[in-house]
Amino acid sequence: MSDLKTFPQGGVHPSDHKLSSQKKTLILNLPKVVKIPLSQHLGAPAIAMVKKGDQVKVGTLLAKSGGFISANIHSSVSGTVAMISESTDTSGYLKEMVVINVEGDEWEENIDRSTDLKKEIVNTREEIIEIVKNAGIVGLGGATFPTHVKLMVPPGKKAQVLIINGVECEPYLTSDHRVMLERADEMLIGIKIIMKALNVEKAVIGIESNKADAIEYLASKIKDYPGISVQPLKVMYPQGGEKQLIKAITGREVPNKGGLPIDVGVVVQNVGTALSVYEAVQKHKPLIERVITITGKSVKNPGNYLVRIGTPIIDLIEASGGLPEDSGKIISGGPMMGKALTSTEVPIVKGTSGILIMTDKEAKRIPQSSCIRCGKCVSVCPLGLEPYLLYQLSIKRKFEKLENEDVMNCCECGSCQFTCPASLPLLDYMRLGKLEVGKLIRARKNN
Amino acid sequence: MTTKLLTVSPSPHVHGDFSTQRIMLDVAIALMPALLVSILYFGVGALKVVFVAVVACVLFEYLIQKYLLKVPVTITDGSALVSGLLLAFNVPSSIPTWMLILGALVTIGIAKMSFGGLGKNPFNPALVGRVFLLISFPVDMTNWPKPRLLDFSFADAVSGATALGKLKEGVMMGETVDKLMIDIPSYLDLFVGNVNGSLGEMSAAALLLGAVYLLARRVISFQIPMSFILSVILLTGIFWFYDPSRYADPLFHILSGGLMLGAWFMATDMVTSPMSKKGMIIFGIGCGLLTVLIRLFGAYPEGVSFAILIMNAVVPLINRSCTPKRFGEVLK
Repeated sequence: MSDLKTFPQGGVHPSDHKLSSQKKTLILNLPKVVKIPLSQHLGAPAIAMVKKGDQVKVGTLLAKSGGFISANIHSSVSGTVAMISESTDTSGYLKEMVVINVEGDEWEENIDRSTDLKKEIVNTREEIIEIVKNAGIVGLGGATFPTHVKLMVPPGKKAQVLIINGVECEPYLTSDHRVMLERADEMLIGIKIIMKALNVEKAVIGIESNKADAIEYLASKIKDYPGISVQPLKVMYPQGGEKQLIKAITGREVPNKGGLPIDVGVVVQNVGTALSVYEAVQKHKPLIERVITITGKSVKNPGNYLVRIGTPIIDLIEASGGLPEDSGKIISGGPMMGKALTSTEVPIVKGTSGILIMTDKEAKRIPQSSCIRCGKCVSVCPLGLEPYLLYQLSIKRKFEKLENEDVMNCCECGSCQFTCPASLPLLDYMRLGKLEVGKLIRARKNN
Repeated sequence: MTTKLLTVSPSPHVHGDFSTQRIMLDVAIALMPALLVSILYFGVGALKVVFVAVVACVLFEYLIQKYLLKVPVTITDGSALVSGLLLAFNVPSSIPTWMLILGALVTIGIAKMSFGGLGKNPFNPALVGRVFLLISFPVDMTNWPKPRLLDFSFADAVSGATALGKLKEGVMMGETVDKLMIDIPSYLDLFVGNVNGSLGEMSAAALLLGAVYLLARRVISFQIPMSFILSVILLTGIFWFYDPSRYADPLFHILSGGLMLGAWFMATDMVTSPMSKKGMIIFGIGCGLLTVLIRLFGAYPEGVSFAILIMNAVVPLINRSCTPKRFGEVLK
């Protein structure tokens, strides 16, 4: 494969540790209790539509979208609503959640649970967007941006190409990889549906070359799906970032300072999202479950599971052989951008792509030393920023200068901190800087 | 049930296999071929100079951190070791020991620790040490022992001027370059290191071997050395083309003196060179330009040290004017 593409600026090579890439997706047993957060997406939290004591089925609407950028939340189990209360979520903060005691597994009647492939797309563009909106689908790559909003191209803009993100550049994670291998047809129909909604003729699936089996398999499948092509990519983190992926595949750069992919005629969707769109449009199934990787060096049986939203992560850990003795850190997501969890009772949400358990030894940060001005942080930054400078300005609390140095463009990919020979907490301070600069910007807008 | 406490920290949760210590170790490894050549030609004396310089630098750093500044001692990071090696490489192998120790004190005490230690010094510490010695003790610092292959006797070495020194003096006396070249080591001698000179600068071949290692380990990038060497070639080439009887050819200039050592090991010092690739190229060109000007028109026959130190001073300006291209920058 000599025609591998990648983005030209910055990037790092973390070792990929894809321990579970050859493990078939298993269905995780139903939990006894689920906790379904009302805020699992970017934007306004959803508004609860049920109360204590209500009987719900799989697919029952629990909460409705709370704003333009928000998403519906459905029950992932059947049972009784025990309470609506606050509990710790992935972010470590208390969030409102609907707690449901699971009783049986009864689904809403309109959901088609058969495994028959339904190829023909009968709905109109408007209907597709409406169905996607009602199904509560959000970007499953991790950003959890409500999908229907992305499908509504703003007036004056035109989508030319749909890019499907199958990069999965985070080490350890394999859920997207498994979706591409096991659910290819459904995913490809999902892509066709999204193409119809966006009114584009062309879709490109971007996959890194470390998933050669997926590239090969999808390349053989796409003959039946005109307009869709597969683009093999060189392995390079953070290629799964929207801006890097667009640059790698089309050569176009999304403008900084608030530019969107649609400004360069591109819409990006994750492979898991495409699968969910298929299930919503063709099978009337809202987003109530997703594929999740459970992995880590000490995990007995790393694997991939189809998990109902709201399942406590401890259930997933138990299924993989239990919490290892030497566990030091539990991460929701991958090791580069994932969030460290504060408890094993945290529920799986729409944006959970994997649970990574690190050993005590891996969990500790390396002691920091002096900056030797090597410039490696500058050369690996995919956005052309100067992390060493942003770090110093943030420590000195010079936030206005920090804004001039474009700190707000930082995508928090962590390449700078990963590569720093002095192990400086570059990203910690850049996050602090972004927070403070964000306050400055809001204060200016209000005046 | 026992409670297991988990670590909670922000991402990234993994770190690449890079450390300051490893970088310093790589630089030290890369200097070994040149050290070997030096021992072959200058004997055990060369080893003694290296040993004294390294021990003095590490010791001064330890003493200053522990007793003067009262800060954590960081001699294990290897930076003092590298400074010591480079200082030794930049002096004649016949240098008196007390003088070398004084040079180490200036290198570590003044050029490095007085600015706050590793990473905060604006000038290359080893070069500050060398230039201090050169200006303070011009006789001892330009008393170059002649290379004697595999002669390990402690007999007083015969000394003489460097190739650059002979050339400069000769041209000033009105001799032509081709006549002077008869008395100057051949290009092959210059390449392998069979010449008078500072301890570590003589062998272009050994230095290049080390440079290849540093490039392969990605400790240095090619921008600074390439732009440095190419600008020396270009500029000396112009003068040589203009009047070959007064100016030596570019090949002579890149093989003689401290150019190879300076371009690959001194100018590439991370602390005192620019951050961005574009900045590095400007820095390298500046070094090359100043080197040639000093060699051809200055009072000293060699200008690499001065050129690098002068460019060190310009680095903050280069850093401010050479920001990398921001992703998605809307062109005006």
